[in-house]
Amino acid sequence: MATDVILPKVDMDMATGTVSKWYVADGDTVKKGQPVFDIETDKAAMEIESPADGVIRIRETRTGVALPIGEILAVIFAAGEAQKMDAPKAAAAASAATPAAKAAPAPEDKVVTISSSTSSQIRATPLARRLARQNGLTLGQITGSGPRGRIVAADVTSHSQAKPAAASLPVAPSTPAPEGLVVKPFDGMRKTIAQRLTQSKQTVPHFYLEATCTIDTLLAIRERLNATLTKSGKGKLSINDFIIKAMGVALQQVPAANVSYVDGGAAQHVSSDVGVAVSVEGGLFTPVVRNVETKTLSQISAEVKDLAARARDRKLQPSEYAGGSAAVSNLGMYGVEKFTAIINPPQASILAVGAAVERFVPVNKQPVLKTQMTVTLSVDHRTVDGALGAQLLQAFKTLIEDPALMLV
Amino acid sequence: MTTRELSYSQAVQEALAIALENDPRVFLMGEDIGVYGGAFQVTGDLVARFGEDRVRDTPISELGGAGVAVGAALAGARPVYEFQFSDFATLAMEQIVNQAAKLRFMLGGKVSVPVVFRMPAGSGTGAAAQHSQSLEAWFGHVPGLKVVEPSTPEDAKGMLLAAIDDPDPVLVFEHKLLYKVKGHVPEGSYHTPLNKAAVRREGKNVTMVAAGIMVPKALAAAEVLAGEGIEAEVIDLRSIRPLDMDTIIASVKKTSRLICIHEGVKSYGIGAEISARISESEAFDCLDAPIMRLGGAEVPIPYSPILEKAAVPQEDDIVAGARKLLNGGL
Repeated sequence: MATDVILPKVDMDMATGTVSKWYVADGDTVKKGQPVFDIETDKAAMEIESPADGVIRIRETRTGVALPIGEILAVIFAAGEAQKMDAPKAAAAASAATPAAKAAPAPEDKVVTISSSTSSQIRATPLARRLARQNGLTLGQITGSGPRGRIVAADVTSHSQAKPAAASLPVAPSTPAPEGLVVKPFDGMRKTIAQRLTQSKQTVPHFYLEATCTIDTLLAIRERLNATLTKSGKGKLSINDFIIKAMGVALQQVPAANVSYVDGGAAQHVSSDVGVAVSVEGGLFTPVVRNVETKTLSQISAEVKDLAARARDRKLQPSEYAGGSAAVSNLGMYGVEKFTAIINPPQASILAVGAAVERFVPVNKQPVLKTQMTVTLSVDHRTVDGALGAQLLQAFKTLIEDPALMLV
Repeated sequence: MTTRELSYSQAVQEALAIALENDPRVFLMGEDIGVYGGAFQVTGDLVARFGEDRVRDTPISELGGAGVAVGAALAGARPVYEFQFSDFATLAMEQIVNQAAKLRFMLGGKVSVPVVFRMPAGSGTGAAAQHSQSLEAWFGHVPGLKVVEPSTPEDAKGMLLAAIDDPDPVLVFEHKLLYKVKGHVPEGSYHTPLNKAAVRREGKNVTMVAAGIMVPKALAAAEVLAGEGIEAEVIDLRSIRPLDMDTIIASVKKTSRLICIHEGVKSYGIGAEISARISESEAFDCLDAPIMRLGGAEVPIPYSPILEKAAVPQEDDIVAGARKLLNGGL
């Protein structure tokens, strides 16, 4: 039986996807599980494997073009099966000369259907279509949760609730390019960053809490531990590893702040899942370290290194940057003393960490040199109020100033 | 008007007795409906009460019996002809389809054919392929016929009395497994409309349109689904021809989802017709899932009890179907 190779939904937020590369050519024999193409979603590149054994006939040869989820990209025919399928799109046919050279002989009963690539190709129920029409929404903007990516009424409702100003989101600015300047179009990741952070800043009521933490004790402990770790050939701990751990423990101490926003409520988290902002070429990811409260500093350190490396290669699975209730963003290494970060919804908070700076601090009316860093907690007021946010920050400050407390 | 519990077959017999009592034009015909009391004991002792002229045993010729009934109806009588099994109506198609259904139209409205055919139908009795079919959809295809399928004792009585008083040919499908089912039945004479479906249970998540024996199965399934938070609205179709689309459309506009459930084979069946009419109606734009049909398997009803059960939708199939539809599996 022929098996369709569809553009899969690999990310919750995805409505379209882009094939960045084919590993096989039209007419190739493929094995189940063999990589056939790379999909580039808004945030990551992923290899998609063949769903069956047989001869692959590629129907949509275009790469770099946004296609709706569920689009049939190719068909895999079992050995000896009549290869009957829709013709590739007219636009693609012209540029498909190379793969066509390897194509199997065209069967006599080949059915040619040229379909137009309009919204009629997007799977949606009649009710979803009607609701979208009534709300002035384009189906292409909406992610379908039904079988094969079908958009159902609930998807339209949640979309219009989540993005009341969807039509006016300044993802594509109406500002024309100044003459003489080259415009570099946004790739999928930049589009997502633009869209999600605009949405966050516009719809999430942020407030900010700032605290200065004295970290001499932390630095001393870190120096001692790293000396031991180096001797035994293990990886060193960064200040950020301590910060992640302190955030995870603080969330356990103030569980009411360990929440995330859902439609009409706050989801109570049990474990401390902390996102870590990782800068990558052309953008950023926020992979999530799970169960921080149960992990040692070395485990956290190793995990962050692994996540960051794979983020830079854009090989993170979508599940690795989904969820969590809080995040940490650190720009201290650039000498930034303090800043405020935009919350990564649906998380309830994000901690912006500044550089460690030596300052004279009055102690018994005498100046004493101390190392301090300023942290700023951005909080989603829908789920966490000021006093609660302050308790979380206070817990963090106590832990980071005396890291031995994380042991108890 | 008080009510009491009667079985479905007792309710049918009571309707026949009332009609025989009240209307001298009414008489019954059928094979073994006299002293034997009918293949399913529905006519019982009516021959003792009303005599052999009014409860007439006929030879084993469905074509002959049906022909006499149509002729008597044309001549002004109100005959009720019982097929032992509705499967045998295939032998009388000429009289039902070519004569009874057509004559009012072909004779310019100058005659009517007030005949009633009683059609014991359906599987579940171990009677195998030639005695277990649900052929009501066939007759639903013929203009000039009315086709009903009561699912409760109360409706069995009320719809049969309405059918006998109706000026046109009416086929009443009685599922054999319903004969022993008991329910409240009002006393005396009353009519249940021959063109109205009934909402048996209200719900907001999915509409189940069920016919005949599938009504109690759908209601049992709805009870199970309610425990899972799925509120099913169950419509008892009652009439195959005409179809009460107003009731179905109103329900689908509310629930956005539809499952059609019938024992007759799924292909070209009642569910196909309802599905098509919903697509042609204003309810189309309210659908949030494909329309699902649950019908008989594409096989002659098997003799093996296990296969016989598997060949028609059961409560579990309805529960599974609704879950699939609600969870986006279709």
